[in-house]
Amino acid sequence: MTFSPELEARFSKMLESYPPGRQRSAVVPMLIYAQDEVGSITSELVAEVAKRCGVTPLQVEEVVGYYSMLHRKPMGKYHVQVCTNISCLLVGGEELYEHTCKKLGLGNKEVTADGQFSIEEVECMGACSWAPAIQINYDFHHHVTPEKLDQLLDALKKKAN
Amino acid sequence: MSDLVTLTIDGKTVKAAPGTLLIDAAKASGIEIPAFCYYEGLTLQAACRMCLVEIEKAPKLMVGCTTPVAEGMVVHTDSPAVAQARKGTLEFLLTNHPLDCPVCDKGGECELQDMVFRYGAGESRFTEVKHHVDEKQWSPVVFYDGPRCILCYRCVRICNEGMGVGALGIGNRGVISEIIPNKSDHLECDECGACIDICPVGALTSGTYRYQTRPWEMQHVGTICTHCSNGCKTTLGVRDGVIIRGNNRDRSGINDEFLCIKGRYAFDFVHSQERLQSPLRKVGDKFEEISWSEALEVISGKFKAALDRGGKFGVIGSNHTTNEENFYLQKFAREALGTENIDHHRTGDVATLLDALSGKQDVLATVADLYKAKAVLVIGSDLAQQHPLLSFQIRADYRHHQAHVYAVTAGPVREDNYAAKSVRVTEGGELAALDGLRDLLAAEGDLTILFGDAIKGEAVGKLVAFGDSLGIPVKYVCLVDYSNSRGAYDMGLVPGPGGMAYDQMLASPDLDVLWVVGANPLKNRALVGSKAFVVLQDLFMTETARQADLILPAASAYEKNGTVTNVTGEVQRVKTAAKVMGTKTDLEIIGLIGKEMGLSVGIWKQEKVFDEIRQKVRGYNVPVPVLTTGGAAQTAAVNGRVPATVRPELIRSSRDTLFTSGTLGRYSKMLSSVMEGPGKIFGE
Amino acid sequence: MARKLFNEPSPLEVKVISKRFGIDNSESLDTYLGTDGMKAFWKAREMSPEQIVDEVKASGLRGRGGAGFPSGLKWSFVPRTNPKPKYIVVNADESEPGTCKDRLLMEYDPHQLIEGMLIAGMAVDSHKGYIYIRGEYRYLIDHMDRAIAEAYAKGWLGKNIQGSGFDFDIYTHSGAGAYECGEETALLDSLEGKRGIPRLKPPFPAVAGAWACPTLLSNVETFSAVPAIIRDGGPAYAALGTPKNGGTRMVCVSGHVNKPGVYELPLGFNLLRVVNEVAGGIPNGKKLKAVIPGGSSCPVLKADECDIPGDYDSLAKAKSMLGSGGMVVMDEDTCMVRALVRIIRFYAHESCGWCIPCREGTTWLRKILMRFHDGRGVRSDIDLIGDLGKGMLGRTFCALGDAAAMPTISFVEKFRDEFEAHLDGSCPHGKAHELVLSSH
Repeated sequence: MTFSPELEARFSKMLESYPPGRQRSAVVPMLIYAQDEVGSITSELVAEVAKRCGVTPLQVEEVVGYYSMLHRKPMGKYHVQVCTNISCLLVGGEELYEHTCKKLGLGNKEVTADGQFSIEEVECMGACSWAPAIQINYDFHHHVTPEKLDQLLDALKKKAN
Repeated sequence: MSDLVTLTIDGKTVKAAPGTLLIDAAKASGIEIPAFCYYEGLTLQAACRMCLVEIEKAPKLMVGCTTPVAEGMVVHTDSPAVAQARKGTLEFLLTNHPLDCPVCDKGGECELQDMVFRYGAGESRFTEVKHHVDEKQWSPVVFYDGPRCILCYRCVRICNEGMGVGALGIGNRGVISEIIPNKSDHLECDECGACIDICPVGALTSGTYRYQTRPWEMQHVGTICTHCSNGCKTTLGVRDGVIIRGNNRDRSGINDEFLCIKGRYAFDFVHSQERLQSPLRKVGDKFEEISWSEALEVISGKFKAALDRGGKFGVIGSNHTTNEENFYLQKFAREALGTENIDHHRTGDVATLLDALSGKQDVLATVADLYKAKAVLVIGSDLAQQHPLLSFQIRADYRHHQAHVYAVTAGPVREDNYAAKSVRVTEGGELAALDGLRDLLAAEGDLTILFGDAIKGEAVGKLVAFGDSLGIPVKYVCLVDYSNSRGAYDMGLVPGPGGMAYDQMLASPDLDVLWVVGANPLKNRALVGSKAFVVLQDLFMTETARQADLILPAASAYEKNGTVTNVTGEVQRVKTAAKVMGTKTDLEIIGLIGKEMGLSVGIWKQEKVFDEIRQKVRGYNVPVPVLTTGGAAQTAAVNGRVPATVRPELIRSSRDTLFTSGTLGRYSKMLSSVMEGPGKIFGE
Repeated sequence: MARKLFNEPSPLEVKVISKRFGIDNSESLDTYLGTDGMKAFWKAREMSPEQIVDEVKASGLRGRGGAGFPSGLKWSFVPRTNPKPKYIVVNADESEPGTCKDRLLMEYDPHQLIEGMLIAGMAVDSHKGYIYIRGEYRYLIDHMDRAIAEAYAKGWLGKNIQGSGFDFDIYTHSGAGAYECGEETALLDSLEGKRGIPRLKPPFPAVAGAWACPTLLSNVETFSAVPAIIRDGGPAYAALGTPKNGGTRMVCVSGHVNKPGVYELPLGFNLLRVVNEVAGGIPNGKKLKAVIPGGSSCPVLKADECDIPGDYDSLAKAKSMLGSGGMVVMDEDTCMVRALVRIIRFYAHESCGWCIPCREGTTWLRKILMRFHDGRGVRSDIDLIGDLGKGMLGRTFCALGDAAAMPTISFVEKFRDEFEAHLDGSCPHGKAHELVLSSH
C-alpha cells in the first residue's frame, strides 16, 4: 500500500522522529493521517501500518478501537462534529446538534447517501469559551448558531455540487 | 533471616522478603486478598480493584497486588471500608454481567461466583439495560462471550507472555471494551486453550467442553498426556466413562498449568468411532472379528510353532505404552522368545548421551531446571512446535530471570523473539556452528543444552566435549518425541548383541513372526518377509494393521495405570480415566499371550512389574511415594558404560508439530479441525 | 498581521505568558526575539542545572494541567546524570471540558513553548522533546510544525543552538481522540503507539517515562511559564500570585457570562470577580447559580461559595479544585440534572475501560442519570447516584474515576432539590429537555 508523495514524506519523517527501535510510536499519528487520505481505517491499512511500525496487526487493531477519531467506516467528505459537552451545552450545543441532525437528515455517525456529509456528536474540543463550537473536518467554527450552521452547510453543499 | 520485612496484616505479624507484594505476603500467612487480574507469574495490572486493602497512614485504600511490603506497615484486609470496597467492585462487575450462571460452563468453578458468594453484592441496585454483544467463535477450540468477560486481561497476558504468541488483544474502549483475536474474526495461534483455562469466568469457553456437563458431575483423573514427550500432567474430566475435558487447574505436575492443544483437547481419540474393539483375524483380504480366547490361541500356536523350529522373531514396541508394558515386552522377547530382535522408533540418541555423561552428577536437566537456568542453548529443534512445555519453561525463565537463550536451528523458531543470539544453519551444520558461540557461552554462569536428532552418534560425544570445554556447569536434555520414548529406550526396547534393528526386521525375507505393540512401522512400506505371521496390538486400523494377520484392540494410555518417563527422564504415573469396551491394556495382552503359551514371564500386575523395573533398570530406583502422590522423579544419572547406540542413523525425530501426533493425532478430531494444522517445523 | 483574538482582553489581566497575544506576527520567531524572547535561554545557559531547578522552585509554579504538582520539585526528580536519554514531553492533549487555553498559547506564542522546553532540557540534560497534541487540534500541529521549522531554520533548534553548545530537537506527535491521554502515563503509552491506558506508578515518568527513559512531562501552560520565570526570576513570578501559588494562570471562562474568554489572571484572583468583572457578569440580568472552577471534573461550587481566591489552596479548602483553569459558569435557569448528565456522559465515553469501578461506574451513572433526567427516576435513585460516585472515589486506577465521582457527589449534595424536582417527570426549568443524544 502506498500513499501520496506528501504523506509518504510525512511518514518517513515521522518514523525518524522517534528513538531507534521505537517505530511503534508512529502507530497513532500514522493511522490518523492515513485515514485522512484513505477515508477510513481498512484492514489493509491496519496491516500496512503494522508493517511500517514493526508491530502485529492485532496491536494496531487495539489502537484503532481505542481512539475515537479513528473510524472503520468512511465518514462524509465533510464530517460535521458538534460538541455538546458542558460549556457548549449551556449555550445551546445540544439544540445545535439536534438542528444539524435534522438539517442533514442524519443520526450520529451517519453519512448522507452521496457521501458528502456526516455527523458526529463529539466531546469537548477545546473551544469552551467560544461555544457552541463545531468542527467540520479539522476546521473549527465558534459561536455557531443554527443560522450560521445553515449558511456553512449550504456553502459546502454548493461547493460539492 | 534478618533481611526480612516485618509487617502486620489483620493483627498478625508477618515476615516477608523485601519487594514481596502485599497480596503474596498475605497469602503466605493464610490471609486471602481477593483478586481477579492478579495472576502469579504474569505482569501486574491493578485493574480489577478487588484487592483494595486499608494501610494505616495511607490516604485511601491501596492496591494489594502492586503494593510491596514495607517495614512496620499495618494492613487491614477485614475492615468495613475494605469489605465495602469489595462489595462495591463486585456490584459494579455484575452490572453488565449476564448472570447466566445456570447455563454457563464455568458455573460451579467460577471465580466471580465464588467472590460474590464470599464478599457480597448478592443484591444489585442495577436496574438499567445491560450491555450485550453476541458470543463469537474464534476457532474450533475457542469461543468468546463478551458480556461475561470481566476484562481481567489474564487471557491476553498468558497468550502474550506465557505462550509467546500474542494472539489476543483488547478492542474498543470503556464499557464496550472486549477481548479481540489476532485475525479480526478468528484466531490463528497455538490453540492451546490456556486463555480458556485461565479465564476466571465463563467468557472463554472451549469447543470440546462447552455445554457438555456441569463440572461437579465429572470425576477428575490426573494423568500424563500421551502425545509428546514433555510429560505434562493433564487432569481429565470424566463423566459416565467418557473423557470430556482436559486441563490442569490444580497446577500440580511438572507443567504447572501449562498444556498445549494436545494435552488439553486431543484426548478425543479415546472415544473415536474408529477405535478397534474386538480382536480381528485376517481371512483372505478381509478381517473377521474373533474372540479374545480364540485370538490368544492363534497367537500362542503361531509363536510356539516358530519357537519350536528356532524361527526368527521380530518385536517392535511403542513410544506410547508404559514402562511396565515395555519392560515386560522386552523381557518376554528376550527370556521367552530368546530373541534380541527388539526395537522401537527411536527419536533421539539418549544412549550416547548417557554414556558420554557417565559418572557425572547434576548433568541431566529436569523441566524445573529449565526455569532456573542462567543460559539455555537449543540445538536443532523447533521447541514451540515439538516441545511446547520446554519452550514455555524457557520463555518463563527469560521473563522472570532474564535467562540468555541461544538457538542454533535450521529455520526460524519462537525462541528467536527473545534470544540473546540465534544462529541459522543448514540442517546438519548445527554442531559446527557451536564454535561461533563458544565465547558467549563460556561467559554464562551455567548452561542447559537441549538437542534434537541433528546431534546423534559421535556428534553427541563431541557436543559433551564442547560443553566440558566451556568451564561452566552444563546440563543436557536429549530431545525425544513421544510420551514414553525415553522409557522405551530405558526399558530396553533396543536390539541387543546380534539383534536386528527394526528396519532389518522389516527387510528380513525369512522372518517368522513380527510382533508389533503400539507402533506403525509399516506406515510407508511393505513387509519383506512374506511368510511372517504379523501380530499387532493397537488402537486403530493403521497401515501396519492392514498388513497384520491378527490385530488385538489395545487400551490407550488414558485407559491404564502405569508409569512413563518424559524427555527429561522424569518418571510419572499415568492413571485410568476411561475404559473402552473390548480393549485390554498391552501389559495384560502380553501377559495373556505368555499364559496361553504356558510360559512364566512373571506376574503382569503393573505394580509388580514396576517393582522389578526399580530393581533392574539402571537409574529407575526412584522413590515410589513421589510417584503415588502424583509427582515426578527423575531417573538417576548413569555410572558406567552404556551399550553403544545401534545404528544411530535410524534415529529420527517424528517431526510432529503442535497439531500432529503420529497415529493418535490422525484420530483426534480436534487436532485435525484447527486451521493451523498440520503446522510447520522451522516454518515462517 | 495580527492574528484575530478569540476574545477581547480584560483590563484586569496580568499578562505574562499571554503578553504577545494579539501583536503582529506573534507566532513568528522574529517577533518573539524582539519581545524578550529567548532571553531566558541565554540566562539559563549561564546557570547550572541546579540553579534552573531552584529558580523554578522559587517561582511557586505548579502544574497547570490539573493536578497542580509543584513544578520545581518535579524537575528535581529527573535523574539528570542517568546515562539513558532523557525526554521533555509536552502535554498538549487539552481535553478537560471547560478548558481551551493551551490552544491559544500554541497559536499565539509557539516559541515561548519552545523556549520553555529548551530551558527544561538544560535543567534535566535532555536533548529531545515531543509535543503531544490532541488529534482534533490538527491546525495547531501544523502551526507548531511551522514554528519548529522556523526555529530550526534560524538555528534555535538542532545542533549547537546559536553556538551555545546545547543541542535540542523537538517533534510534534498527534493524538487521535482520547481524553484519557491527558493523564501523563496514558499519554506516554499513546506516544509509544499503544492504547492510552495509564501505567502503574511507581515508577513515575521522571524516572521511567517515554520509552522507559527519564521524562519531564508537563502541560503547555506550565512550560510556557518557564521563560518568564527564568528571565525575571522565580521570586518575581511568585510574587504575582499568592503564597505557595505563584504566578498567573490562564483562566478559561465559559457558560453563562457576557464575555466568555480566556484571561490571564494572577493566582488568587477572586472567582466571583472573574465572573462579574473579568467576564462581564451573567447575561440578561440572571443570577449566578453555580461555578465549576477548574474543568468538569472539579466539584461544583454554589453561587454563595464562589467568593474565594482562585488558587490551589483556597479551592482545596472549599473542597474543590483549581484544576485546569476551565471555569464553567451556570446561571439560575440551568438544570443541574441535565448538566450532570452531560458531564457523566463524557466520562463514560472517555473511560478507558481498564479498571472495573470506572468502567462500570461511569456507565451505570450515565444510564441512571439519563433515565432520571427523562423523568423516569425514583427517589432512591438520588441516593444511589451519590453512592455510586462514592463507590468510585479513590478506588479507580487513575484519576478519571475521581473526575467522574467528584462532580457527581457534589451535584447531588448541593442540588438535591433539583433532583427531587425531577421525580414527577418535569424540570423546574421548563419541561425536561428530551435528550436527543447519540448512544456513544
